[in-house]
Amino acid sequence: MAAKMFRQCPDSGLFFHKSAESLMKAHAVLGVVYLLVGGFLGLLVALTRMPSLHLLSAEDFYLALSIHGTAILIFWIIFFEMAVLYFAASTLLRCRPATPAFGWLGFLLMVIGSTLVMVAFFRGNSSVMFTSYVPMPAEPIFYLGLILFAVGALIGCFIFLGTLVIAKQEKTYDGSVPLVTFGALTAAIIAIFTIASGAVILIPTWLWSLGFINHIDPLMYRTVWWALGHSSQQINVAAHVSIWYAIAAILFGARPMSEKVSRTAFLLYILFLQLASAHHILADPGVSSTWKVFNTSYAMYLAVLASMVHGLTVPGCIEVAQRKKGFNNGLFEWLKKAPWANPVFSGMFIAMIIFGFIGGITGVVMGTEQINLIIHNTIFVPGHFHATVAVGTTLTFMAITYFLIPVLFRRELIWPTACKWQPYIFGGGMLILSLFLLGAGTLGVPRRHWDINFSDALLQFQFAGTAITMLGIAGFGGFLAAVGGALFCLIAVGSLVFGKRLDPGASLFSSFGFPMASSCYNVERPGKLGLAPVEQTGDGGVQAKGTFVLALVFLASFVVYFFINAKYLSSIWPMG
Amino acid sequence: MSILPPSQKIWWKEPIHGIEMMWIILALIWCLVLFLWMPYWHVYGKQNLSNESYKTSPEQFEAKANTMAKAYTVRTDAKSNTPVVHPPAGSDVYMLGRLWQWWPILELEKNKTYRLHLSSLDWQHGFSLQPTNINLQILPGYETVVTITPDQSGEFAVVCNEYCGVGHHTMLGKIYVK
Ligand code: HEM
Ligand SMILES: [Cu+2]
Ligand SMILES: [Cu+2]
Repeated sequence: MAAKMFRQCPDSGLFFHKSAESLMKAHAVLGVVYLLVGGFLGLLVALTRMPSLHLLSAEDFYLALSIHGTAILIFWIIFFEMAVLYFAASTLLRCRPATPAFGWLGFLLMVIGSTLVMVAFFRGNSSVMFTSYVPMPAEPIFYLGLILFAVGALIGCFIFLGTLVIAKQEKTYDGSVPLVTFGALTAAIIAIFTIASGAVILIPTWLWSLGFINHIDPLMYRTVWWALGHSSQQINVAAHVSIWYAIAAILFGARPMSEKVSRTAFLLYILFLQLASAHHILADPGVSSTWKVFNTSYAMYLAVLASMVHGLTVPGCIEVAQRKKGFNNGLFEWLKKAPWANPVFSGMFIAMIIFGFIGGITGVVMGTEQINLIIHNTIFVPGHFHATVAVGTTLTFMAITYFLIPVLFRRELIWPTACKWQPYIFGGGMLILSLFLLGAGTLGVPRRHWDINFSDALLQFQFAGTAITMLGIAGFGGFLAAVGGALFCLIAVGSLVFGKRLDPGASLFSSFGFPMASSCYNVERPGKLGLAPVEQTGDGGVQAKGTFVLALVFLASFVVYFFINAKYLSSIWPMG
Repeated sequence: MSILPPSQKIWWKEPIHGIEMMWIILALIWCLVLFLWMPYWHVYGKQNLSNESYKTSPEQFEAKANTMAKAYTVRTDAKSNTPVVHPPAGSDVYMLGRLWQWWPILELEKNKTYRLHLSSLDWQHGFSLQPTNINLQILPGYETVVTITPDQSGEFAVVCNEYCGVGHHTMLGKIYVK
């Protein structure tokens, strides 16, 4: 008789496989460690860019910024994404994970790789930012660490694919994979492409740092590096959109408005992934405008279209579900009556709004070939991606963590009042940070810059007073966001250690990756995952009107903001 | 339920919601406008990215900048000991980036068109002309040529906005427009 390896969570009904569960926990916990490190340094960075405080010395600032970007954008996000992949394949499909031993090998490589990068940073000779543009050199272990980390993540992606194959063969589910798993699949496919690009550029750069290669062309580096850097952002989008659908299903029982539309939209992410990520090299020499215009958009911006579609269908499916429950008055009763005190919902919804309205709109505007001229490398860029990746992705991951702590870790959340407010504090702080970085960037303030008063420079220049004020306000927003981030880490780690055990088999060790007591795993093979229940007929009147109005407001803001920037562009020196 | 297999096994034949369809059409139209705006601006807009660039080497580029500076230096900025160069209106002008300065200082005439050549002698730099706010990536080994027409007079700063090491924030250049 085969061993009993599954347990069913009595609260959610989800099945967890012993090995997949441990892998998920280990990856998620390591992710939070890097969020803590990266977030703390983000605070120091923000307080240094606040002209009135100017906290760190120049050298420490550039070091802190390099660590902030790397630890948080690469390590926190990817560790957590690995946990999401195990969840979407093993847990959602009720399937044993493929080759868990390799899963641990992947994890180990990611731990060693990220540690090497951290060591390189703290040795002080690798403050090259996470982009490490050649020919500015970092120590060889910096590149080696990144390579090992990427190989580890690659193993995780293949285990995800392997698990899908096993689930299919062993018929653990009926019909097609759930939408959430489908979204995770697109993320994994993009991740494989991303990591391959990373290998193509980082391995030669590592050899260059060791002296085996004597020249790396900087334009070639930027072109291939951004195939890594940009595509990895598309992984984040696919992952967090999948989680939005998951949360809508978990909290509201929402079904996708149409499977076809949502799945096609995911597919567009793969098909229209910018292979060379043109929008990052719009201001570079050596590439023609035709190449830039075509590759930044593939003539129709279908990846943008895909996000706009998810932007409608995620709130839309929540609206439909809420209206069926009777919240049917006016345009927005469904939204008003949503569980705003539940951080799983509030985190996800705030993430979605800020991701779309701020991150999405600014991203497309600055990715327009000519408009990039007034934005490239200004602090507008960090303003944009804090809305996308620090709110969109990070806050979504935080929201799902509030669900996973009781279900996966079997611990009650400590400190309910803090849980309730945390998404608002983090989201609100980030909103202020993003908006005022965007504002300062519009006035030309550079990113990655220690002193925009140029006090040590031989020549002089004064930025507009408003720009200085905006950086000050951004610093305040950054402080608030850091408080929110710290609160999250406290709640998460606190719950893992002190939270009430929802299952007597949950121990301190089982919070950090060890299995729970073996008596917990009492299912040999979960029942086959059946199809979603068929929708009752006669509810054709249920429509997502409120969401459509929100979408129109979004489109109007998008159009207005685009043309404001076009107008601004027309005011600079004529050039060509 | 998005976490369960679709209720219809043949889900790809289900009809699409009216609202979804309307949104897809609206969004697609806007995406096409966004794309078409770029070629439109190439034809009718006055601010475009340069398509002219050449492979070069630090030695070659430095020599060209030196030649220009030798011929047209009008004075020296005392504090930074940098030549201020006033090249003939309409000519080819050079500015190089290196750790950590933009060299030399240029003096241009308002409403005259210049071919501005830019390159780096060492690491990557960012040419950020303020306050007019024009931002270009400058790479070693590549010579960018932008045709610019300063249409405002005054003192403009060239900030470096690509991180280039610990002196990055001291890297400033100047362009005067008369
Ligand atoms: C604790 C809250 C945070 C604060 C206060 C903060 C603050 C900042 C600031 C002020 C900058 C711009 C510095 C500059 O260019 O001079 C920055 C850069 C950056 N931040 Fe954050 N941030 C926070 C959280 C996050 C999160 C959660 C993410 C992503 C998941 C993130 C990703 C990045 C990245 C990738 C950069 C660019 C680094 C570079 O230019 O190399 N930050 N952060
Ligand atoms: Cu990108
Ligand atoms: Cu610089």
